[in-house]
Amino acid sequence: MMAKTLYDKLWDMHVVRSEDDGTALLYIDRHLVHEVTSPQAFEGLRMAGRKPWRTDSIVAVPDHNVPTTDRSAGIEDPVARLQVETLDKNCQEFGLNEFVMSDIRQGIVHVIGPEQGATLPGMTVVCGDSHTSTHGAFGALAFGIGTSEVEHVLATQCLLQKKSKNMLVSVDGNVADGVTAKDIVLAIIGKLGTAGGTGYAIEFGGDAIRTLSMEGRMTVCNMAIEAGARAGMVAVDLTTIEYVKNRPYSPKAETWDQAIAEWQELHSDADAKFDREIHIDATSIRPQVTWGTSPEMVIAIDDVIPDPNKESDSVKADGMRKALAYMDLQAGTPIKDIAIDKVFIGSCTNSRIEDLRDAARVAQGKKVASNVKQALVVPGSGLVKRQAEEEGLDRIFIQAGFEWREPGCSMCLAMNADRLEPGERCASTSNRNFEGRQGAGGRTHLVSPAMAAAAAIAGHFAGVNEVK
Amino acid sequence: MKPFTQHKGIVAPMDRPNVDTDAIIPKQFLKSIKRSGFGPNAFDDWRYLDTGGPDIDNDSRRVNPDFVLNKAPFDKATILVARENFGCGSSREHAVWALDDFGFRTVLAPSFADIFFNNSFKNGLLPIVLDAETIDSIFKAIEKKPGFELAIDLESQTVNMEGHEPICFEVDEFRKYCLLHGLDDIGLTLQHADDIKAYEHKRSQQAPWLF
Ligand code: SF4
Repeated sequence: MMAKTLYDKLWDMHVVRSEDDGTALLYIDRHLVHEVTSPQAFEGLRMAGRKPWRTDSIVAVPDHNVPTTDRSAGIEDPVARLQVETLDKNCQEFGLNEFVMSDIRQGIVHVIGPEQGATLPGMTVVCGDSHTSTHGAFGALAFGIGTSEVEHVLATQCLLQKKSKNMLVSVDGNVADGVTAKDIVLAIIGKLGTAGGTGYAIEFGGDAIRTLSMEGRMTVCNMAIEAGARAGMVAVDLTTIEYVKNRPYSPKAETWDQAIAEWQELHSDADAKFDREIHIDATSIRPQVTWGTSPEMVIAIDDVIPDPNKESDSVKADGMRKALAYMDLQAGTPIKDIAIDKVFIGSCTNSRIEDLRDAARVAQGKKVASNVKQALVVPGSGLVKRQAEEEGLDRIFIQAGFEWREPGCSMCLAMNADRLEPGERCASTSNRNFEGRQGAGGRTHLVSPAMAAAAAIAGHFAGVNEVK
Repeated sequence: MKPFTQHKGIVAPMDRPNVDTDAIIPKQFLKSIKRSGFGPNAFDDWRYLDTGGPDIDNDSRRVNPDFVLNKAPFDKATILVARENFGCGSSREHAVWALDDFGFRTVLAPSFADIFFNNSFKNGLLPIVLDAETIDSIFKAIEKKPGFELAIDLESQTVNMEGHEPICFEVDEFRKYCLLHGLDDIGLTLQHADDIKAYEHKRSQQAPWLF
């Protein structure tokens, strides 16, 4: 038999039929739904007189628009409220499983899927959201889709897909102390570029990936899309299986052994061929900070802002100049000299318990600098929030001067009230530093949770061990 | 879906790489539960000098005179030419709806982000990949003669510029077929309902925990 990559195996397991030109009808096991990209899909379904094919494959949750402050009064913004209510109504009408805003299990869709065991190894997982790549951390084929595709999956349980090419990104060796999953993935994007993964499914491997926790692997796969790859994935191992065990949607005792037997095959064969392989030396990765308006515009904490005049590619140099102007930065400035106005710890990249622990460790016993107007900590789900409170992390944050919020997407994309004002600069643990992403005119620097906490304490970017 | 067969129109230049979906349609407009009406807010942050929102009247806003799509003849453009990695970022189909609503029928670029590329086909907006050199020559042609037109023919898979050889482009057979005929692919897939059920039956034996 031909040696297969993990992606080949996942793909083959889900092909219902193929067209002559290679377009396949791919079966979808799990469909995650949120309020922003689903209303038009449900409307389309209704207008065509169709019904969801398999309601038990769907898990719905409002996350993008929900307030992160006291929710007892509901959502103030009438447009946002209507969107969340529309999700509630659609779920009721079609009999779908939804974690409503008041449910402790509510949270960011990419946090709650794995948390509930709704994301399992070997599954195809889709959601009308590009960061669905997160779920690939479980040895699943997971990718974001548009609203028309949401409707297609609702109606048929399938998607029309062309197979991507295979890429292996291997992070060899072990990272230094204080270098986190976020730094690893930012370094990968810095090397690959934001379009480097376009047309590929990326498998992340190598010692530095294998030794990550599931939270860390999710952080890495989450940002596969920032390298242009719709899907990122990590092979199944004991870490995966341990995480999945005993979660509400996980296989029960009767089928557990059978499931494990299948899952243990979910890795690339030793002699499998990749269309492209990239090796990164883990020991060379230092804590990362983005300086520009694209995640590939990234440097290490002890670097200076790069100079577009030294870039030979003219389109790239031009992009760098536009980014520097937008970010109001000068080439040659040490990144540590750059003061910040706000801090955001949250998003589907970095809002899990481990992320909050990392940030709390840095913040413990210290104070947010006086030039920092606001420092937000937004847990990824109600359950993450509860666990953090049981561990006393909320008190560490509050005593240091952070705000402790209710779960949701929050300032990752600023659809709710949490946002940057024009010109404000933010150290953010989210995944996109695009112009205006966190609020019109806002300036975003992507960092790890520990680095965000360090920036909050120092008032400017700083090494984790340098803050007092 | 509306079919796409041929189209001729003015080409507008968007001379930057990595134009992301947040730029094409900023998030405050995603709160809409409709598919239409996004055109006036396409490229909102670049197009206006003040911040817009779903409940702000665009007619009362200050237009950015320097933004390309605000300048004649490009305000009448129906074809957009852009640089690498157009449509990167979020999966929001609203980006395609906004371009379509603005009046664009096709986007030419050296490369597109995958999800945006898929979304375009579902809405009758044709994304055309041409090599970076050809794209560059189109940018230069616009500079020389702003307002010049291109004619796109999907059947023959060509981009036609006056006084030039037709430029060929690639497109998947299946997508081309759907686009030419304006077919709803859900209807097509449902013709294979028996195959889907057979797959489910087989898979539920192998992996009962999934069902
Ligand atoms: S946290 Fe941010 S990136 Fe993640 S799903 Fe929400 S808006 Fe998207």
